[in-house]
Amino acid sequence: MSNDPTTAHNQIRLSRRRFLQVLAGTAGALVVGIRVADAAAAPLPLALLGDTFYDLGAYVRIDADGNVLIGARDPDTGTGIATSLPRIIADELDADWNRVSVVPLGLGVTDNNGQPRWTYGRQVGGGGGSIPAAWNDLRQIGATARWLLLQAAARRLGVPASQLRCDAGTVIAPDGRRFTYGNLAADASKIALPTSAPPLKNAANYRLIGKPAGDVDAREIVTGLTRYAIDEHYGDALVAVLAHCPWPDGTLAHIDTTDTLAVKGVLKVVRLRPEPGQPLGSTVIAPAVAVLAEDTWSALQGREKLKLEWKPGASGSESSYALEQQASALLAGKTDPTTRVRNDGNVDAVSKKAARRLDATYYQPWLAHATAEPMNCLVRLDKDRASLVVPTQAPQKAWAVVQRLTGLSPAQIDIRVPRVGGGYGRRLDHDYVAEAVMLARAVDKPVRLLWTRGQDFDHDYYRSGSVHQLSAVLDRKRQVLGWNQRMASASALSHRNMPDNRLWTSELHADQLPAALVPNYRSDWYALDSAIPRGPMRGMPHLSNAFAVESFIDEIANSMKEDPLVTRLRMLGAPRELPLSAGGTLDTGRLANVLKLVADRIEWKNWLHSVNGLGIACWHVDGAYVAHAIEVAMQGQKLVIQRVVCAADVGRVINPLGLEGQLAGATLDALSTALNLAITFKDGQIQEHNYKDYPLASMAQLPNVVEVIIVPADDRPPAGASFLAMPTAAPALANAVFRASAVRVRRLPLMKELLRML
Amino acid sequence: MAPVQAQAVPVTTDSSVVPERARDGIDLQINGKHYRHTGDPQMPLLWYLRDVLRLTGTKYGGQHGENGADLVLLDGKAVSAITLPLAKLADKQIVTVEGLAGNDGSLHPVQQAFVDEDAIGCGYCTPGWLIAAIDLLRRKPHPGDDDIDQLPNLCGCGCQTRVRRAIKRVAAGKAGQP
Repeated sequence: MSNDPTTAHNQIRLSRRRFLQVLAGTAGALVVGIRVADAAAAPLPLALLGDTFYDLGAYVRIDADGNVLIGARDPDTGTGIATSLPRIIADELDADWNRVSVVPLGLGVTDNNGQPRWTYGRQVGGGGGSIPAAWNDLRQIGATARWLLLQAAARRLGVPASQLRCDAGTVIAPDGRRFTYGNLAADASKIALPTSAPPLKNAANYRLIGKPAGDVDAREIVTGLTRYAIDEHYGDALVAVLAHCPWPDGTLAHIDTTDTLAVKGVLKVVRLRPEPGQPLGSTVIAPAVAVLAEDTWSALQGREKLKLEWKPGASGSESSYALEQQASALLAGKTDPTTRVRNDGNVDAVSKKAARRLDATYYQPWLAHATAEPMNCLVRLDKDRASLVVPTQAPQKAWAVVQRLTGLSPAQIDIRVPRVGGGYGRRLDHDYVAEAVMLARAVDKPVRLLWTRGQDFDHDYYRSGSVHQLSAVLDRKRQVLGWNQRMASASALSHRNMPDNRLWTSELHADQLPAALVPNYRSDWYALDSAIPRGPMRGMPHLSNAFAVESFIDEIANSMKEDPLVTRLRMLGAPRELPLSAGGTLDTGRLANVLKLVADRIEWKNWLHSVNGLGIACWHVDGAYVAHAIEVAMQGQKLVIQRVVCAADVGRVINPLGLEGQLAGATLDALSTALNLAITFKDGQIQEHNYKDYPLASMAQLPNVVEVIIVPADDRPPAGASFLAMPTAAPALANAVFRASAVRVRRLPLMKELLRML
Repeated sequence: MAPVQAQAVPVTTDSSVVPERARDGIDLQINGKHYRHTGDPQMPLLWYLRDVLRLTGTKYGGQHGENGADLVLLDGKAVSAITLPLAKLADKQIVTVEGLAGNDGSLHPVQQAFVDEDAIGCGYCTPGWLIAAIDLLRRKPHPGDDDIDQLPNLCGCGCQTRVRRAIKRVAAGKAGQP
């Protein structure tokens, strides 16, 4: 057995009841699914399970010809989850990967007395939770299917199953006789499930887990055959494009649709209004006028010819500049924080007797998600059915929107989720689904809603800008004794239909570095009021804080004229596990290790004397550890990123090639964001409408290579990695820029600030 | 709506008058196939591909093709399909991502190299990268890093370093090799 601590727990939990269910497959197929209650986050008492016998989702199907179909439950927004989750199942199944096809499962929902029952358990793409969740429940799917096939072979051969072994889709007897899985599938489907969960594989026998695998969709993607939601179609669907009110709380003062309706192909103009009382994220984000037409070109031309006058609401006077002023004023004042996020020891007392004190303030801009595939949704409403294709990261949340608007019962709502063209948190909100459903109802026809690029920028759920005021005190032995961090920002999530200051402890995280390492540590958050919608952003809450914290530690080292690697390692101290307030631990040894790995690779010993500038940073997120080392050169006003090294320890690795891609990809995303990107608003209106205003880094601006080091840590359960490399790239870059240019950039985006200061 | 008036058609017995061949519409050549578009000549190629032909590999990126997701090959050169009104495309050769592989399903070396290097994030912008890479390799069979830097495409997932590897792999003649 694996010595993974989660396994023993599962074994105990699962053995209490039958975990999986065999479905009646057609044509001699074996189909194995998972039972709802077991897939739920918390174990349910047996009595509450009810009759779940019919409420099963299929995960594995083995056909008589030996082909294996494996379902991927979480939306793949480019995280590689459609590859790694099925490989977890396939490995436990001992399937031949060459015979495996992967299908996106779409939303799994059945009717439980009018309430939804989620048949596939957790279905969320992003946030780094997919693989840890799959490790807990999906391995059992493969193990059970394998157990059934072994039983079928044992009966046929008349030998105990314990004497048989499996290899790449074949059961092999001691005398060498072999049966393919396809050959055994029909028999296996008639065998009753085990009363306790079959044992999981010994990790030493993994054939797929830990081995590199290319994206399962690669061939279809490069041939242009992958259908994203934006590519889907119903025969008689109308194309809808929108003109949104520039202000979320604005109103339509005047509308003239004459010229629009005269455009050939345009059929109808429909007004959309947010549903009062509904939280942002599950209703229309702002009032809008929709043009519905036979095709996209007609709809777009019709939209051009709309004559609209919008009136601003209360948000019409907001500006990002004024908000930042407000943030600075709050931090300069003496008011109590909105939330005291953490308070260890006594920061005030230690400050008075410190030998050295350092203060710095850092600034983060507002950010947009800028997904490659704009918001869109295909919906068809029938009397007793809603069929949708939705580019979403959270199909269960999309379901709730559809259910509320249609009043249909749980299982009457069919949501398919094909591969998604980028998410980064944007698609955890479903305003665009609400729009599409409202439109389909208004025109009584299927609707294909398409947002244009400008709308994607103008009507996002943004990451709030923030001001971070940091203060540290040190003793004579260079120990950091006290750390006081105050942050002001709009709340991170604005869509819970609650007063702003009650939403969330914002972007501050109670366990972020150097919490738990410094005896006197305090972090306070000050809320700003804003009507600009906010939502989750890739890497939150770590993205904005790591920049401030890891830049500040570099400044602390610099103030002591010390090697910042030495400062960091001293702060981490001896290898040990420190308990975190959110559960889990901070393993200082693992964090120090990734730091040393990037330092060695980039030849950190030259940090002081290199012609180029070297920068370093580290962070930890939910049991995963990451560090970046970056080397830059200043060529006049031009910043050239020479080398980027990223090391990560995520515990057991499912797909090292996929992980490398995620780490390199998030590194590039974070560099692009740090270098160039900012959303601003004036008079309540977003000022960046396209990629020209919000310039993702070009190939030329980015490093040619990201050197990725993956720490072998198979003795640990797998942690998520989808955004792991986001937090440390920006501070490592800013620290490198400081050594190359002597300019300390405390405000992002970096390029604008650097050019201003040079 | 007024009924459509039947038009009187002049009939002539003069056999020397050959009626002119109907030339309504625009002849298009896409992925080696011929199409005739009789609708709005100002319709951009992108919407014709996606809405009419249902060739959805070419993606919508923005109203001006800003992120390169809608690149196609126009007589061998990478051009943004949303900027191309059909009126300008008569008798031009257009190749979309769907037209890159051989009829036998064999991948174009650039496609193969993208698979080899797993040069894919969410994959939405990948068709545009492929087209831009093919255009680059046609002009410069052995592109340097500075040449690759000129690619116009944007990608939020961060596939750029893997795309760079894929292009170098093609230039080295190693597409499809381990």
